[in-house]
Amino acid sequence: MEGQTTSVNNRDLEPATPSAPPALHVRDLTVAYHRKPVLWDVDLDVPRSLVAGIVGPNGAGKSTLIKAVLDLVPHASGVVEIFGKPYRRQRRMVGYVPQRESVDWDYPITALELVAMGLYRKIGWCRPVSARHRRRALEGLEEVGMADLAQRQISRLSGGQQQRIFLARALVQDADIYFMDEPFAGVDASTEKAIIAILQRLREQGRTVFVVHHDLETVHEYFDYLIMLNMRVVAAGPVAEVFTPQNLKWTYGGRLTLLDRAVDAIGQGSR
Amino acid sequence: MIWTALDNWIVLAGALAGASCALVGAFLVLRKMSMMGDAISHAVLPGIALAFILTGSRANAVMFIGAAAVGVVSAVLVEAVRRYGKLEHGASMGVVFTVLFAVGLILIERAARHVDIYPEHVLYGAVELVPLHLVSIAGLEIPRGVAVLAVMLIINLAVVTVLFKELRLATFDPGLATTLGINATAMHYLLMTLTALTTVAAFEVVGSILVIAMLIVPGATAHLLTRRLLPFLAVSVAIALLAAVLGHLAAIGIPPWFGFEDTSTSGAMATVLGLFFLIAFLAAPEEGVIARGWNLAGLRLSIVTQDALGLLARAAEDPANPDGSLSASDFRSVSLSPFRSAGAGLVVALALLRARGLVAVDKRRFRLTQRGQTAAREVLRVHRLWERFFYDEGGVELGELHSAADLLEHYTDSDLRKALSDRFTGQRTDPRGKRIPG
Repeated sequence: MEGQTTSVNNRDLEPATPSAPPALHVRDLTVAYHRKPVLWDVDLDVPRSLVAGIVGPNGAGKSTLIKAVLDLVPHASGVVEIFGKPYRRQRRMVGYVPQRESVDWDYPITALELVAMGLYRKIGWCRPVSARHRRRALEGLEEVGMADLAQRQISRLSGGQQQRIFLARALVQDADIYFMDEPFAGVDASTEKAIIAILQRLREQGRTVFVVHHDLETVHEYFDYLIMLNMRVVAAGPVAEVFTPQNLKWTYGGRLTLLDRAVDAIGQGSR
Repeated sequence: MIWTALDNWIVLAGALAGASCALVGAFLVLRKMSMMGDAISHAVLPGIALAFILTGSRANAVMFIGAAAVGVVSAVLVEAVRRYGKLEHGASMGVVFTVLFAVGLILIERAARHVDIYPEHVLYGAVELVPLHLVSIAGLEIPRGVAVLAVMLIINLAVVTVLFKELRLATFDPGLATTLGINATAMHYLLMTLTALTTVAAFEVVGSILVIAMLIVPGATAHLLTRRLLPFLAVSVAIALLAAVLGHLAAIGIPPWFGFEDTSTSGAMATVLGLFFLIAFLAAPEEGVIARGWNLAGLRLSIVTQDALGLLARAAEDPANPDGSLSASDFRSVSLSPFRSAGAGLVVALALLRARGLVAVDKRRFRLTQRGQTAAREVLRVHRLWERFFYDEGGVELGELHSAADLLEHYTDSDLRKALSDRFTGQRTDPRGKRIPG
């Protein structure tokens, strides 16, 4: 395939030791809407205890990658493993922060009730949210500096505050591996700092965090590991190794026109 | 107006139908799928019609299951047509439910020759006929429609109570729900099934067209009035109950005033619901048009009065203007005036400032009173502190400072003012060297 020649295949990277399976293992993952592929043949082996950025141009399939890993969009093919076992058996270990715009902020709930949603798996089916769970949710709000706004309806919060309570909801999930879809989109500078502090704390606690990100200038500062995506994995590995001008060009530059045309041709053919 | 035992049954049937619909409809409103309720309520028609034809009866389990199944199938079809037909959601619903509805109408036209069923009852309901079909339950003779709706309401209440938090999460954030093991697609079809069942149950009372009012209007009204899910559901149901009572009263009470016979109760119920929505739309405490307009007018007034005070404060600093007074035309022509274009703002602002005793008029010239000077100094102080802020910390050019500060000075509340004062303690001048008062 045309794309393979430009790919830094992460099979070349150091393989995970058998005793500690990688946090995320993806093999041959392909996702297609209709017959048009949006993610091609993704292979990843990401070690644990790090903050990994996922970057790439618009339409590169960054959100789709997260959703495919979490089984929210159907795969055309491929295997996804979390800590060495299929995702379906590891759901408990996984936390998810969707894009802020993906929900209706006019929904009649308070910040505290939103954060408590992160505990629903622990609470279990058909059981109400108890005072103990509300206390835990309040602790989550404290961790993101939002405890004083616990009773505020979510539409009355600023974009940065909304992102913080999304993060608090993920924190109370107490997951080992997190997938965050653009947590920095439309937030103020102080919220961005607060989020970064939280990501680093999660890493220190031995957790693994994946973050869809747009701002290339902060890549060095924020991430240990980088996945450069443009429908395929252009490069994946420690930031220092893969965040190179050449890879950036392959990810964002015009080198993919041939591939784009091939994809368009497939799309045409399916009509 | 004569109220009989029949009227009690009619109101009860309307109330039960309204409450059942409001409960599931509230979640459709939250899920932004209101029109799915419309689609399903129409799509169940062929199911109902087929059951009529096959069994010759209006109420039995077969009809319920058949109609509900068709309703759920239609929800699946809408999704399939949208996905594979390259249509947006609305068009996809339009295709599916109109076709199914048309099939249902044709079937009912056929069926009407054999069984006691009228297309107009299908469309608008016939709550007035509810008390005529009785069943015997535990020795009590009660209308069949009332019994069916009571069971439906209990089912809806039970599902919403038991799955309260699951429904809340699945309707708010389907993605997270699914990763937490609450399958949002399954919850979606549960909601669609309840909608289909409720639509069939309420069919006799409100018909297939007005049922959409029962499903959506209570939730839409409650959305304007409440901020949390439980009050939202409670208000939705309360509105539906009230509409049943007032609707029937209006239907039998109001037309005789004008010399007409009483009118359709289901129509009157839907109209009352519409009125409730209108009232909430206009008068809701925070979201209502009146409250918004009032707040906006208040903000505009405070901006124009602060602008006028600011100009008078600057005039008082002008050595060429010893008494610091301005004529009405000065207000429009002095430098930095926001009143350059003709408009009512200045007139209103000056009238208000005079009424508050902040501005006095002498020989058609306006000047600050003692109290006015204090207020005006505060306006100027905030403005110049903002200029200081933008110059020192924002790197804004001198020429841009005024407009930048002007944007913020009107929105500076006491907290912000204090923060600003603390930041610039001891700072006596703005970037141009003008004194910061206070």
